[in-house]
Amino acid sequence: MSASAASVPAGPAPAASANTAWRRFRRHRLAMAGTVTIAILALGSVFGPWLLPFDDTYIDILQRFAPPLSGVHVLGTDELGRDILARLMMGGRISLAIGFLAMAMAMAIGIAVGVVAGFYGGFLGAALMRFVDAVLCFPTIFLLLALAALTEPGILATTLLIAATSWMNVARIVEAQIRTLRERDFAAAARAVGASDLYIMFRSLLPNAMAPIVVAATLNVAKAILLESYISFLGYGIQPPASSWGNMLNNAQIYLTSAPWLALLPGIAITLAVTSFNFIGDGLRDALDPRLDIN
Amino acid sequence: MLPYLLRRLGQALVLLLIVSMLGFAILHLAPGGPLSQFALSSQMSPEDIARISHQLGLDRPLPVQYADWLWRMLQGDWGTSYRDGSAVLAVIGSHLRATFELMATATLVACLLGCWIGILGAIRRYSLFDTLATVGAMVALSIPTFWFGLVAIYVFSVTLGWLPAGNRHTVGDDSVLDLLHHLIAPALVLALVEMAIWARFMRSSMLDVIGQDYIRTARAKGLPEWSILSRHALRNALLPMITVAGLQFPTLLGGALVAETVFTWPGMGRLFLDSIAYRDYPVVMGILMLSAAMVMLGSLIADLLYAVVDPRIRME
Repeated sequence: MSASAASVPAGPAPAASANTAWRRFRRHRLAMAGTVTIAILALGSVFGPWLLPFDDTYIDILQRFAPPLSGVHVLGTDELGRDILARLMMGGRISLAIGFLAMAMAMAIGIAVGVVAGFYGGFLGAALMRFVDAVLCFPTIFLLLALAALTEPGILATTLLIAATSWMNVARIVEAQIRTLRERDFAAAARAVGASDLYIMFRSLLPNAMAPIVVAATLNVAKAILLESYISFLGYGIQPPASSWGNMLNNAQIYLTSAPWLALLPGIAITLAVTSFNFIGDGLRDALDPRLDIN
Repeated sequence: MLPYLLRRLGQALVLLLIVSMLGFAILHLAPGGPLSQFALSSQMSPEDIARISHQLGLDRPLPVQYADWLWRMLQGDWGTSYRDGSAVLAVIGSHLRATFELMATATLVACLLGCWIGILGAIRRYSLFDTLATVGAMVALSIPTFWFGLVAIYVFSVTLGWLPAGNRHTVGDDSVLDLLHHLIAPALVLALVEMAIWARFMRSSMLDVIGQDYIRTARAKGLPEWSILSRHALRNALLPMITVAGLQFPTLLGGALVAETVFTWPGMGRLFLDSIAYRDYPVVMGILMLSAAMVMLGSLIADLLYAVVDPRIRME
């Protein structure tokens, strides 16, 4: 018997309807502030460079170390006379794009591993989850640096490596969810009408585990932006002349005495973006499933 | 208790084996082996490199290299550094102390301050202090550690001139006071994230306990609030913190690497970075194994301690 979508039970209704969730999210003031901040950072990074008269890689040695708010360069210039605002905007494109792409990849890996391990259980599930445990034994930065230092640096490589080191927590969350959902009546019903394993896993079970997955995805963007800044700061991520918020800080320590704004500005951008995503994650947690409230 | 302990130790050993295979595979499958840095040198001909590769055993099949490495490591021979030929264990050992000084100080500060903030926040829930602490903890979790280090150097070393900007000692001064003076900034920077984590967990644990029936009973008996909080609530709320401490090791080690880099602190994290840049595989492998073992040991000790402190937990 082949299962059509209509004949397979869809499972219990989601914990909160989209409308209720949106109303709850809007009431979370910090999450709303985070959303607005991310929107500003993203729009500024995407459209800002077109509005600015300076190119982010244009070297003007006569204008080097211009402090912020002192002339035509609104946020000053760096050690090569490049406009810092232009570099922050172009860097924002790279840092934010890596944050989202790495998150998407980490979610794909984490969900695939978690669903398979949770659904089949047994030896396969145990083996997969022990592998997750093993990867989690390495401090993330150690693993990331070891991988980044040994591969050709670049945007794609950085994104892939961040995804490769941050999918494990997603796999754990999804595995736990699927393992309990598998035993519920609607899953048994789907099996009874002859739905395929793939159908049950991804169409019956997974949608019911969406709330914690969405929260984990948001927090993963924050983590990915942070990780990008770490490895770029240490010189193994995005390579100059391209800018990212992390690699702008790469040389900043040398000029801390004479040009502190080189160190301050990119750090503020990173902190703003990461804090915002963390608050959005908090807000989503409250909005999507009150039972998950950690407070 | 004993069978549980043995099973946990067995699991940890299996996990360590997987970890070692993973680490070995990552290092040795990456393009450009440990000798790639010599390929550009004008002093070495391809024949020289081939000979060195043979001498170091790098021309053998990977499983053979792994088995050889594992067998020697189990006997206490972790290999020799490619950089200067000294024993890996000795190299790591000479950097461990500095890292532990840093991690222990940071943990102490973070634990005391974090717990205090968390407890106060829970007792005065939704007060101004609680709101500020909750928001502050989230911001602290979002600040890149290295950037916070740069800001600390700018404020306390460059502007105020109170603290040294790096290193573990002033040259020629080996006193404890000098060490502490150098320790303050990197330890505080490392403590910030930890403190935020402790405060968040402490707050939710305390709130959890305050909502329990036996606290209501204690209130109904008319006990003074102070006694309820300190003798009934706090004691139970502190228990889960043992687990938090055990799970903090990966974050702590990663943070130490960053803090050591910014403050040129001669610890294991900086050794790791230097060794990676030099492709000193035996040292990199040694540090990966040691940190993974510490992470596992941390969670094992936390679990055992929890069972000792809380008799309700049964070992199965």
